[in-house]
Amino acid sequence: MTYIPRLFPFVVVYREKMPARLSKFLQFIPCAALGALIIPGVFSSIPEMPQAAIFGIGFAFIYAWYKGGIIVPVLGSILVAYGVLLVN
Amino acid sequence: MREKYFDIKEGLVTGFPIVIGYVPIAMAFGILAKATGITMMDSFLFSALVYAGASQFMALNLLNAGVGIGEIIVATLLMNFRHFLMSASLSTKMRNREKKWIPLIAFGVTDETFSVASFKKQMIDKEFILPLQAVAYFSWIGGTFLGYIVGEILPSDIKSSMGIALYAMFVAILIPEAKKSSRVALLAGLSGMMNFLLNYFKVLPQGWTLVLVIIIVAAFGAFVFDREEVKTIE
Repeated sequence: MTYIPRLFPFVVVYREKMPARLSKFLQFIPCAALGALIIPGVFSSIPEMPQAAIFGIGFAFIYAWYKGGIIVPVLGSILVAYGVLLVN
Repeated sequence: MREKYFDIKEGLVTGFPIVIGYVPIAMAFGILAKATGITMMDSFLFSALVYAGASQFMALNLLNAGVGIGEIIVATLLMNFRHFLMSASLSTKMRNREKKWIPLIAFGVTDETFSVASFKKQMIDKEFILPLQAVAYFSWIGGTFLGYIVGEILPSDIKSSMGIALYAMFVAILIPEAKKSSRVALLAGLSGMMNFLLNYFKVLPQGWTLVLVIIIVAAFGAFVFDREEVKTIE
């Protein structure tokens, strides 16, 4: 039941024969999904202390903005969140 | 050949943040599965076959509550309908569609592997996406075993702080793109806001909110930005 939605589109969707608007729609799916995958889930990602999540994600945001990369924002946000949990 | 090697390496490396995110969640599942009283084999099969975080937790809850199998199956299908959209989008970004690999690639589509792969600069080929998905998949199964067998080994503060990992990864994927393109920023912001409101007011059953948000925002983008582009060409 988790497999059908994942497999079906690969079999059906072919880029070559597709209206322009549909292909645009499909191209916008990643950013449409990403916003909703982050918000509001992130606020409850550390249920016992939402502030830790906010500081952690704030670090990821700022670091990704100025420096980019994935691994440093991820590890850094964990450390920041951990730090906030320790202090409180 | 060299290029393939780099793709494989890139797939493995970009999978690393997903591992950091998956292991604690999978461990939590293993721990909960044991507490629910299902066997280790069943927990393993859960993670190996269902391979969907929220659905597995939901299934445990429903099993616990004595809900029937049929209902669990339907709820699981609804919950994972978003992958229908994700796979459709991803399949337009695939280079060299090799039929024999499609079933495997499709199986490995998750919110996280989809996000990482979709925002890759170049087209995707199997040398990149399969290692990425394999790393994610085995960390999920490994985490499940670990949780079932050893239980809580991570100190609770560390485990809690790791809850931020996947969100930090999503942010790190999104920010550079949003910086470059105001469209991406607008669409992602819009979808986050819509999802927040729909969740807050609990308008739709779990699983459907995300599907609806993705459809509306992507359609909005397809219509609005389509017109804009025509204008700039004129």
